[in-house]
Amino acid sequence: MSVPRPRPKLDADNRAFWTGGAEGKLNITHCADCGEFTHPPRPVCRHCRSENVAPKSVAGTGRVDSYTVNHQPWMPGLDTPFVIARVALDDAPGVYLTSNIVGCPVDAVDIGDAVQVRFEQQDDIWYPLFGKAV
Amino acid sequence: MMRHEAYITGIGLSEVGVRLSRSPLGLTVDAVREALADAGLGFDQIDGVATYPGRMPAFLGFSPVGTEDLIETLGLRTRWHAGGGEMTAQLGAIALAAAAVRAGHARHVICFRTVYEAAALARPEEYPPLRRKEVDGASQWTAPYFALSAANWTAQFATRHMKRYGLTREQLAQVALNAHANAARNPRAIVKKPLSLDDYMSARMISTPFCLYDCDRFTDASTVIIVSAGDALDEVTGVPVRVAATAGSVDRYSWDQAEWAGAYATGRDLWRQTDYTAADVDLVQFYDGFAFQPITWLEGLGFCEVGEGGRFIEGGARIALDGALPMNTGGGQLGAGRLHGFGMAHEAVTQLRGHAGARQVAGAPRVAIATSGGGPMAAALLLARD
Ligand SMILES: [Zn+2]
Repeated sequence: MSVPRPRPKLDADNRAFWTGGAEGKLNITHCADCGEFTHPPRPVCRHCRSENVAPKSVAGTGRVDSYTVNHQPWMPGLDTPFVIARVALDDAPGVYLTSNIVGCPVDAVDIGDAVQVRFEQQDDIWYPLFGKAV
Repeated sequence: MMRHEAYITGIGLSEVGVRLSRSPLGLTVDAVREALADAGLGFDQIDGVATYPGRMPAFLGFSPVGTEDLIETLGLRTRWHAGGGEMTAQLGAIALAAAAVRAGHARHVICFRTVYEAAALARPEEYPPLRRKEVDGASQWTAPYFALSAANWTAQFATRHMKRYGLTREQLAQVALNAHANAARNPRAIVKKPLSLDDYMSARMISTPFCLYDCDRFTDASTVIIVSAGDALDEVTGVPVRVAATAGSVDRYSWDQAEWAGAYATGRDLWRQTDYTAADVDLVQFYDGFAFQPITWLEGLGFCEVGEGGRFIEGGARIALDGALPMNTGGGQLGAGRLHGFGMAHEAVTQLRGHAGARQVAGAPRVAIATSGGGPMAAALLLARD
């Protein structure tokens, strides 16, 4: 994708998610009181309303919940086709990450495929992408 | 005519087109004038205004006019207002207006939705496109992966429906084919050319499984629906259509975390509000920003079992104008233009009044459903001509 990725504006809530890749970590907001995950990150647990929440490093493995192969060049210079997928994280129940599945042909992705996170750095952002698990 | 009922008493539509030169406020005023004339009401009788989602300065083409703009422009003396993107999808504005007149907060409410996405694209200096370089809020969870369109987000749920239930592209095609066929009988529709299954199957892909014809296209227009209180009907001359029930739901505001739950939760809730059942419904106007949505509305509202929506419309005969359940009789958004939900209510009222001309459903239909959204957010109106 030859154009730069849109850059998330960093704030107190999302910084751990978008920069965790610098240490190879996929960080998801986790509640120390009830053990559930909250994503997108918020300062309050959406399950038990506790404020005892903090980023937790998860395994980075998951399954393709669903996907689409995008063919439309939404912006000038965008190389197509590419895969957009919803990844259900193995150890963060209820959390989906929209991402790209990379490192394989676009027609090699299916629902249920096991995937593994890999990070792509652009300036100070580490984008969690996924590749098929080997 | 019961005091605690709500009625749609007037409907209006501006010119509908692509890259119109008339301003979005001008289009809105055009639609208001048409709706007032239709209802037999004057500006001084309007005491409420509702819209979805309200003026969006960062995304003016999507929503260039808010309630405040219309009230100021027309010098309205109003006592009840609503607007905002948090509503249960577009038709939530009409459901709120119905609740307001039932409660006595207003007597005649202008509900409107103005879209200017085609003109905005052609005039980026006046209508700057969405910021793409740096994103925040909900778009930070999709835009960095170039999932830039609702087509990408919705397509993933369609892919899942195909895998789970066996929905096919040929079945999806029937939504688009039906829309084109009906649009050909609607003089105000933007699509004029017929569509064949071959055209559909050979069209270029946008985001699998959606091809070009599965996606509505940017349109410039304004649609107005006037909602009146049951004890104010002696003031109107337009044929009233009763808002028999309303329902709406939000699954998750963040599309990336949502299931495609809206149409199902809203469908269940709608039938709890009324003695009518799906068997009483004469025609449906199902939101079709993408061809997938009507499939899920059929399932969510109980016209068929969950997962059977594709097989329900197989071959298209059942949803045709002369079918058992005529659907999107004016062409829907795929055929008549992206009026963003309000066109569904406009067409339902047109049909129930018997004003649909060459596309009129036979047999004097009495009960119709109009919906908007369907996934993360959804709203439905059950409309009846008494
Ligand atoms: Zn908790």
